[in-house]
Amino acid sequence: MRADLEIIQEWIKPGARVLDLGCGRGELLSFLTRHKGVQGYGLEIDPHDITACIEAGVNVLEQDLDKGLGNFKDNSFDVVVMTQALQAVHRPDRVLEEMLRIGKETIVTFPNFGHWRARFYLAFRGKMPVSKFLPYTWYDTPNIHFCTFNDFEELCWQKNIHIVERTVVDSRHRNRWSNRLWPNMLGEIAIYRVTR
Amino acid sequence: MPHDFPADSVGLVEPQTFHFNEPLLLTCGRSLSSYDLVVETYGALNSEGSNAVLICHALSGNHHVAGYHSPEDRKPGWWDSAVGPGKPIDTDRFFVVALNNLGGCHGSTGPDSINPETGERYGPDFPMVTVRDWVASQARLADRLGIRQWAAVVGGSLGGMQAMQWAIDFPERLRHCLVIASAPKLSAQNIAFNEVARHAISKDPEFLGGRYQDHDTYPKQGLMLARMVGHITYLSDDAMGARFGRELRGGKLSFDYDADFEVESYLRYQGETFSRSFDANTYLLMTKALDYYDPAAEYGDDLVSALERTRCQFLVVSFTTDWRFSPERSREIVDALAAAGKPVSYAEVDAPQGHDAFLMPIPRYMDIFRGYMQRVARDIPGTEDN
Repeated sequence: MRADLEIIQEWIKPGARVLDLGCGRGELLSFLTRHKGVQGYGLEIDPHDITACIEAGVNVLEQDLDKGLGNFKDNSFDVVVMTQALQAVHRPDRVLEEMLRIGKETIVTFPNFGHWRARFYLAFRGKMPVSKFLPYTWYDTPNIHFCTFNDFEELCWQKNIHIVERTVVDSRHRNRWSNRLWPNMLGEIAIYRVTR
Repeated sequence: MPHDFPADSVGLVEPQTFHFNEPLLLTCGRSLSSYDLVVETYGALNSEGSNAVLICHALSGNHHVAGYHSPEDRKPGWWDSAVGPGKPIDTDRFFVVALNNLGGCHGSTGPDSINPETGERYGPDFPMVTVRDWVASQARLADRLGIRQWAAVVGGSLGGMQAMQWAIDFPERLRHCLVIASAPKLSAQNIAFNEVARHAISKDPEFLGGRYQDHDTYPKQGLMLARMVGHITYLSDDAMGARFGRELRGGKLSFDYDADFEVESYLRYQGETFSRSFDANTYLLMTKALDYYDPAAEYGDDLVSALERTRCQFLVVSFTTDWRFSPERSREIVDALAAAGKPVSYAEVDAPQGHDAFLMPIPRYMDIFRGYMQRVARDIPGTEDN
């Protein structure tokens, strides 16, 4: 399982009701259903991912996050999760607000554009970073709203969103000392647990 | 000559008639003292009776879902694209049951049957049957076939409504429910189209108050018109445009009131064919069953509480250009299921064919359908990788 998913699953209580925004092929929900007896749904728009979820027995609903989440009631889920999709929605701030409305708790993970490699790439090559971790070219990418950890935390501060917990990892290892030392420079993926 | 049929066809099939003597009390308050159901089955029922799939038909459908009645048949059953060996509803794995619903005109007891109490044809006196009544009659059929719990109940359009009703009325008797291109109830616009169809039929001079058969005639013009209107609602603007455009039949305008455009002659042909094979009283009855369908009505008009009692898993599928039962209508079902905390998956298939898309082998639709049915197969008790 992906490093961020590995950590998230530890944060989710057995039997919780979970909504996973941009659930991909349903790895997280599939794991949580089997090992923690959670009951949940994934939202996805990629046809291949949807079919993969259906085959795997993951409850997947075809729904575009950019068209809103008004069909879900306030506090109707214990946890609303969004992994690696914040940077791909049109209005990350609104999606975050909606997640906090629907879920008692919200977990968000996203890639850190402030990571030293991205900074290095932009500073010395003068071009938008392309790497194994961020493999897209600027003109053909699902990622339209990159941010750094500091940017995200500023948004939370402006919106009175309380950060319960933050873990920073790189794509292979978990939570190394360097990530803790200087997360906005050395961490590749941040996992935030936030509430209102 | 089964070798004449495609390898993924169920081949030559034969309908069976099941007679029921136990009276069936209907929603309208009347009852049927005895009745027949015409049924086709494909594949083999396992020894536990746990691999059965029920297919519910839509407005003009019947029990002939797949395969051929004779080697000379030009067309297979109406959902042959989805039912057969290796197809989404795989007859190598499932025992598939399809019937003609009560009130139908393809062999099951309906308006053109003889009323055993009077010795005369029911005609317009055939009691109004509802989706709920159909499901009750299907449950008796399941009893007769030794099926305690369906692996899945599957239906498109009005068939999807029956599948949903199954989940509500007999929660313990199905493990999966597939609701395709359907709606939780008709909209005013849907009812309006049905009313146009009924009006066309009942105002046809040959309708004779529904006693047309006693006079050796039938309301051909009315049925034609009903079907033409219906057919327009099954197709999308794009589908019609792609198929007919403004193509002229004779290459030039005729400057008379005959059919100039291809689309006109197509509709006439569809109406004509349909009017010869479908009973007018059945058409009236089926459209009423559609109009009356509203499973939430008994639960304080709350679809969530209606679906709260369900125990099965759901797949809901809609098609982008379906304007008869649009994706928004399917979403109502999905949202209610999610609000009730029920297991549901939903896909909105991009397809230009309109409502009719649910009958077509659209690749993404077939992938989803097949993927879900593989899950249904895995959930058959006793299946290894359970």
